[in-house]
Amino acid sequence: MKMNGRVWKFGDSISTDQISPGRYFHLRTDLPELAKHTLEDAREDYAPNVKQGDIVVTGRNFGMGSSREHAPIVIKMSGASVVVAKSFARIFYRNAINIGLPAIICDTDRIDDGDELSIDLEAGRLIDKTKGFEFTFSPIPPVMMKILSEGGLVAYIKKHGGLKI
Amino acid sequence: MGKTMSEKILSRKVGKDVSAGEIIVTDVDYMFAHDASGPLTLEQLKTMSIEKPAHPDRTIIIIDHAVPSPNKTISNNQAQLRRWAKETGSRFSEAGEGICHQVLVEDYASPGQIILGTDSHTVTAGALAAFATGMGATDVAVAIGLGKTWLRVPETIRIQIEGNLSDGVYSKDVILTVIGRLSTEGATYKALEFIGGTVSGMRMDERLTLSNMSVEAGAKVGLIPADEVTEKYLESRGRGELFQKIAPDDDAQYEDTVEFEAEKIEPSVALPDNVDKVKPVSEVAGAEVQEVFIGSCTNGRIQDLRIAAKILKGRRINPSLRLIVTPASRETLISAMQDGTLETLIQAGASVTPPGCGVCFGALGGVPADGERILTTTNRNFKGRTGNPMAGTYLASPATAAVTALKGVISDPRGFV
Repeated sequence: MKMNGRVWKFGDSISTDQISPGRYFHLRTDLPELAKHTLEDAREDYAPNVKQGDIVVTGRNFGMGSSREHAPIVIKMSGASVVVAKSFARIFYRNAINIGLPAIICDTDRIDDGDELSIDLEAGRLIDKTKGFEFTFSPIPPVMMKILSEGGLVAYIKKHGGLKI
Repeated sequence: MGKTMSEKILSRKVGKDVSAGEIIVTDVDYMFAHDASGPLTLEQLKTMSIEKPAHPDRTIIIIDHAVPSPNKTISNNQAQLRRWAKETGSRFSEAGEGICHQVLVEDYASPGQIILGTDSHTVTAGALAAFATGMGATDVAVAIGLGKTWLRVPETIRIQIEGNLSDGVYSKDVILTVIGRLSTEGATYKALEFIGGTVSGMRMDERLTLSNMSVEAGAKVGLIPADEVTEKYLESRGRGELFQKIAPDDDAQYEDTVEFEAEKIEPSVALPDNVDKVKPVSEVAGAEVQEVFIGSCTNGRIQDLRIAAKILKGRRINPSLRLIVTPASRETLISAMQDGTLETLIQAGASVTPPGCGVCFGALGGVPADGERILTTTNRNFKGRTGNPMAGTYLASPATAAVTALKGVISDPRGFV
């Protein structure tokens, strides 16, 4: 999987309450409408302006808080192709892979808002084309890569007929 | 080599010795979904062409997040869940019965079980030595459909707490202090075990508060050894036969041990907007708040309400703020009615809402105005959590909440209890 896109930069400790606020609870069965509020409490300019393929880049502990799977779902629906963070909260990470949103872990300090990135998931390589530097990142764990490469857990179960991890 | 509680529970479950780092596929004892994630869970089951749960008698649908339903969209979602539970013969907990985690603890959880729920605070049942953890709708849908899940056996951080808590200091202050030390990501992917004299001396309701907030340090589970307190609790719930003693081995391998002296723990608050911004109440005493909330799966149990009632008995809350109280379950509400707790709180000026999650996660009721501050007994204070990103949330114990309601500003409960 290879992704190219513009960076939307966020800080540390972005919670699921900021990604998909509880006050939009009633929209959880209307995902396109819910996605219009993606990351609204972290950056109001994100949801109205994000383009298909853009990349969410953030700091530590991205997605902390609730287990709402709507958080990675709306990020994916908003158009983002991948989330890059220094670290992820456990449930968010698992949810992201389960719904087919790649989540990669690397140092994001030198990446700025608006940079153009190129990411090769299998090779574990991230290139900041704007700044002209390259990072390698730890590959996604094998179990999760298997799920991700099928497009998510539901597709994986349909194909394999069960949890053959 | 000795085993941690996680390694013990998971080894027994899969029928072979497993240790931290291994990936396992295991049976699940109980799996539940609530009205906030239930519709998505059912949709994922449909996409997988799974019509029936693998174990309807171990699958639970719980309506607790929007109680009573405020609009037709949510009513229709809840109706769909109700219908599905009936059609599949799954268990069902109706709106008003209680918050999912309290329902699980009152009616289902026991030591050694694996419990999955579509809610991060599923870790609450760790206080009964159940390997209980929150997952997303898709993982829980798979568990409902197959009766199984996959897990990575977690490394464990041992939280060792010894000594006696001072008057006015509660398990909420303990867990806030622990999270303040670990940070909101200090236990990510890991298990916490709460061990030591302070913990073994706690009642079940106090232990539930510890396990409940484990996830705020990022933990996968927050386990407490199953002992006499656990056994008595299960007996009181008619599940005494499900008791089994579970404790870590003396030579268990821990990733880290973090020690706390109970005597040094003070009444504590987490400041807006992060659970690990923890300070002693004394350092922020005098800060104005416009609303106090006592409730949630963290601190909405009868003992919590009694602590508040004891402080507020025969008094009125400060007219500068509102007080909202939400009992964690119907049983809690009934107990609070029968022993006069409810009357005391209402006489003091509290608004009481039906058992549920609405106020805690900003979906229904109690939303603060722009620029307001709310002090709550819940578990999260992230920006926007209580329904308004222009407001701020403090987290504290029921005693601190009650004294704050009385004074109108954040106040130290010592001297009042």
